[in-house]
Amino acid sequence: MKIKLKVWRQKNRDTPGQFKTYDSPELNEHMSFLEMLDVINEDLANKGEEPIAFDHDCREGICGTCSCVINGKPHGPNRGVATCQTYMRSFKDGDTIVVEPWRAKAFPIIKDLVVDRTAFDRIQHAGGYISVRTGAAPDANAILVPKKDADLAMDAAQCIGCGACVAACKNASAMLFVAAKVSHLGLLPQGQPEREKRVLAMVKQMDEEGFGACTATGSCQAVCPKEISIAFIARMNHDYGKALLKGDPHAAPGQAG
Amino acid sequence: MSGIFKSSLGKKYLMAGTGVVLLSFVVGHLIGNLQVFGPPELINRYAYFLHSKPALLWSARIGLLAALVIHVSTAARLTMENRAARPIGYAGGVAFGSTWQSRHMFLSGAVILAFVAYHLAHFTWRLPAVNGLGDFTKLQTVLDGKTVPDVYGMMILGFQVWWVVLLYLIAQVLLLAHLSHGIASAFFSLGLRNHVWAPHLQRAGLALSVALFLGFVSIPAAIFTRVIGADYAEKTRMELRAATQFEAALVRGKEAR
Repeated sequence: MKIKLKVWRQKNRDTPGQFKTYDSPELNEHMSFLEMLDVINEDLANKGEEPIAFDHDCREGICGTCSCVINGKPHGPNRGVATCQTYMRSFKDGDTIVVEPWRAKAFPIIKDLVVDRTAFDRIQHAGGYISVRTGAAPDANAILVPKKDADLAMDAAQCIGCGACVAACKNASAMLFVAAKVSHLGLLPQGQPEREKRVLAMVKQMDEEGFGACTATGSCQAVCPKEISIAFIARMNHDYGKALLKGDPHAAPGQAG
Repeated sequence: MSGIFKSSLGKKYLMAGTGVVLLSFVVGHLIGNLQVFGPPELINRYAYFLHSKPALLWSARIGLLAALVIHVSTAARLTMENRAARPIGYAGGVAFGSTWQSRHMFLSGAVILAFVAYHLAHFTWRLPAVNGLGDFTKLQTVLDGKTVPDVYGMMILGFQVWWVVLLYLIAQVLLLAHLSHGIASAFFSLGLRNHVWAPHLQRAGLALSVALFLGFVSIPAAIFTRVIGADYAEKTRMELRAATQFEAALVRGKEAR
């Protein structure tokens, strides 16, 4: 099969980009989308042109590095998979495929399809952790966790931080990512001590990074390669409201009012 | 606590909270208005009762106005921030997995706001320029021995004008769109839902918005198709014409003198 690739080319953050269209060499329909890009890049390199820069790492849907908006949908036409798990058999011979980077103010473009997602790291640093005693590994069942809580926490913990939720949201909102991170720790006993501090700090950082707010359109869960539910956003809204109403009980006496 | 006004989540609490206040008014307003299907005295007595309690009436009006101002100004701020979060849009495709209503809350809200202004000018301030008929303040009737505004006559007459009915219909369609997403979303934003309640809230929100739509549309529809009040309208129309002509004659008389 052969396709036409209409792809976003941008030299660096400060240079305006534009679409360029390339004709692919002969492709195998069982190639992954990233392998297709590899083949096109090889072709471009042979012609002495600059290859298309794109993010990739594990190529098995668990690292969250790949990030292409394919024909208007992050990670391509299929549900519950990342770009690396999208195969050329999902397209037809002769198709024109439009490939764009994640579009968000908080994710500035580095080059072509590669965007800077360190905003997610900074949100994690703000509160996506628990405090534990280091030392010998504790007994696995020292703290009992109800099975249902563990399952729900695991659903949230599946988030690979790829940013497809931001890319799909009409507001470029990071709510699904932040909600998943807040919930997966907030559902477990080990996450309770910092539960309120965590949600306040992570939401504050999220706002400072310039992500939009949530309109509950559901686009994020529709494109999430791990199919994380927006129910976690409602859970975060609940936690945040409670933390906001309580205030900080450990504030200095002078500030406590 | 300042997080309520500053943070993205806090602003959504404001939208949801004021939205619920405005919704409760809309429900009460419909129940009041449906009295037009009874005898003329019914709704005229209700209107007179409301206006005979200025303290209650103005408390409600000031409360509603405050809710409206917060709802609209917060929506404007959120919309600006959300648009700023994605400076460069995508080449193709609409937001995946979302409904039209959820993506156009600002548009439907703006039309409803414009309609509220028209509706106030039409039936509350009774500006003759916007009703296509004449001076509604001239419509009076005798109720329990007192001369009171003839609200029944004003509604019966007002909804016989086709373009007024059309304006009301357009506004109701957009209110249906706004509420079919907004009611369930308010619970989502406030974090007052979980996986058990989510589908019920979605259904209940949709059912309430459809019920409100049918209720509000039934009034101009029944009047325009002469199902109710046709005879009363003719009587009122003559009274209105007589009152307007009497005034015109007075003016002419004064000018002649």
